[in-house]
Amino acid sequence: METVVKEFKHCNVIEVKGRVDSATAPQLSQTLDKVCEQGHFKLVLDMEGLEYMSSAGFRALLATQRTCKRYNRGEVVLAAVPTRIREALELAGFNELFKSFDDVLSAVGSF
Amino acid sequence: MKKAKYSADFNNLDSIRDFVGEAAEQAGFSPKEVYAVQLAVDEACSNIIEHAYEGIPNGELEVSCKVKTGEITVMIHDHGKEFDMSSVRRPNLSRELSEREIGGLGVYLMHKLMDEVHFESSSKTAIRSR
Repeated sequence: METVVKEFKHCNVIEVKGRVDSATAPQLSQTLDKVCEQGHFKLVLDMEGLEYMSSAGFRALLATQRTCKRYNRGEVVLAAVPTRIREALELAGFNELFKSFDDVLSAVGSF
Repeated sequence: MKKAKYSADFNNLDSIRDFVGEAAEQAGFSPKEVYAVQLAVDEACSNIIEHAYEGIPNGELEVSCKVKTGEITVMIHDHGKEFDMSSVRRPNLSRELSEREIGGLGVYLMHKLMDEVHFESSSKTAIRSR
């Protein structure tokens, strides 16, 4: 798994590439925690290059969404979610917890 | 029947997914179904490594796949601590974000993704998909 953080005017975009499972989810959590610790709570997760995500990754997303939404200071939104991963997120009921956009541009524009 | 042994390490999940993915392809499954089998087996193995082998070094798990056309049965054996699966509460998906439990999702997904999921206290987990 690989992450790239890009800072924009109104939000941060975090590219998540490769596979997120129990082995790599702690690394994702660490990246997301660091972004939040720096005071950024409006986050776009660009999942275009994501090949796989298990519930370990879902838990990392959920924890970050909680942090970001606290005090109404922000939100995590998803962009370009690959079909298989979207289906699994829907099974887990996560589609109700995260706004999802077809591409990064419209996700960034939502802030 | 294809069999493979792995040390109980999260870093082996990649190889385990490849192993069951190939078996699911042999069963003639679509890419969507192959992904479902890989995800369900990953969740089962992750639970074994995290809970059954918690604090136990040098744990091993054995994954075996029985393949027929349009059907796969994956059996996962471990020698870790026994775990009462009935104690895992089903996550309440309708709950608000702030109340959502962080755990229990893996087992829930396994049931949703597969046709049958069985747990045996003789340290064996079997999941089947058609």
